[in-house]
Amino acid sequence: MTTTTTQAASDRRVAPTSTSSTATRVLGISSVVGLALLVIFGVFVSPPDAELGQTIRILYMHVPTVSVAYLAFLITAVGSAMYLWKRTEFWDLLAASAAEIGVVFFGLTILNGMLWGKITWGVFWRWEPRLTTTAVLLLTYLGYLAVRAIPADPRTRATRSAAIGLLAVVNIPIVHKAVDWWRGLHQERTIFGTTKPEIQGTQAFAAYLGLAVFLLLFAWLLIHRFRVAFLAERAAESGLGAAIAERRQEASESSATAVSHSEGDR
Amino acid sequence: MRTEGVRGVVADAALVAGKDLRLERRSKVGLSQVLPFALLVILLFAFALDPDRRVLGAATPGLYWMVVLFSAVLAVQRSFGVEGEDDVLDALRLSGLSAPGIFLGKVAALMVQLLALEFVLAIAVAVFYGTEISGILLLVGVTTTATVGIAAAGGTYGGLVARIRGRDTLLPLLLLPLLAPVLISATRGTEVALGRDAGPGWPWVGLLGIFGAVYLTLGALLFRPLLEDA
Repeated sequence: MTTTTTQAASDRRVAPTSTSSTATRVLGISSVVGLALLVIFGVFVSPPDAELGQTIRILYMHVPTVSVAYLAFLITAVGSAMYLWKRTEFWDLLAASAAEIGVVFFGLTILNGMLWGKITWGVFWRWEPRLTTTAVLLLTYLGYLAVRAIPADPRTRATRSAAIGLLAVVNIPIVHKAVDWWRGLHQERTIFGTTKPEIQGTQAFAAYLGLAVFLLLFAWLLIHRFRVAFLAERAAESGLGAAIAERRQEASESSATAVSHSEGDR
Repeated sequence: MRTEGVRGVVADAALVAGKDLRLERRSKVGLSQVLPFALLVILLFAFALDPDRRVLGAATPGLYWMVVLFSAVLAVQRSFGVEGEDDVLDALRLSGLSAPGIFLGKVAALMVQLLALEFVLAIAVAVFYGTEISGILLLVGVTTTATVGIAAAGGTYGGLVARIRGRDTLLPLLLLPLLAPVLISATRGTEVALGRDAGPGWPWVGLLGIFGAVYLTLGALLFRPLLEDA
């Protein structure tokens, strides 16, 4: 009993009570300021491109969102492999948090890719290799999130999702190759694929700023998402503990009542 | 006494594959349910696309592989459905068989069933869609490598969802996006074999081979944790 109390006390000391800290506040403020700067430079200050015209402005968001999504899935894969090796909650929650954010950024990538398509091709969707690859991979990772949403004990859930995290990441280069060869048969203007714009000056600044800002944003979201997941686990544990204690209380009360009844009968 | 090492794994795989195929021979689920379903979809595609030979003819390789993928989902569900009930997976684990052996055995049995299905489907497509089968060597290469990939990925995900209550809806969501490159490669390879496309066909076989090898290896490695904890 004493050991349990001490352990519970030490858990409370270690477990954070909110998802915010000085570091995340700095990250958050930097991301918001960075996004504002990106809008100013990307939309107003930088000139249109000679070839891509105004659509180059979508590049300042498209490249960062897709890069961050791939980085997130790489983190999911590393977290999955490390979980299967070390079997610690940290790696499982890191993998899951990164996958969730990766899916959001993949969704954004498809959205801004479709906007580019509407301007360039006149339609929202064509079977352009990069967009197609993104759509297939998005569905793969939606499966990962679906498995995580199934109620199961933490070890089971973590093992299942670690396997999917690894199976999915290995598929990325294979999907890329297959889609590239397939669409290579009828080559058309691809999203920032065939045209390499000569970016310089404020254009280059906006492009690199976009990458830096979205990396900051990703780090900020990842830390918060990880902490939410960690606290959710603690809440589930304490909820279970409280429920058990409640049932025990009820059981002891009812047995006490039964004893007093039987004494009264006598 | 059991043999250890690679020979042990192969022996275990042969045992499990034999057991699965025996189960199939006795229950005839593949023959009485999966195969009629596949033939039904072949028929439904013709209704959906009009029996106008030009539309149907152009789409034949893609439709063929779509039917194979749908049937594969059913075959995987069946293969692991029998293991998921009554804690049979735990019994398999306790029987002393190696996890990679169990995995490879399940994959081998799936491959045999899928290859048989693909053979019958090819005849059905030739008859109903009027497809002239040519480029046999390339066709065999595409079919074999694609089947290895489908069975390996199916076997891994089958093991993963075996104990999940909603596995019937979950399996297609997990398996089909993973098999997207197999569908692309097998369809293009078949188009080349049938003379519908002038491009080279063997690179597709190479890509299918890589897919199959990668998922066979990953599945064999991941099957132990999946068997123990998933």
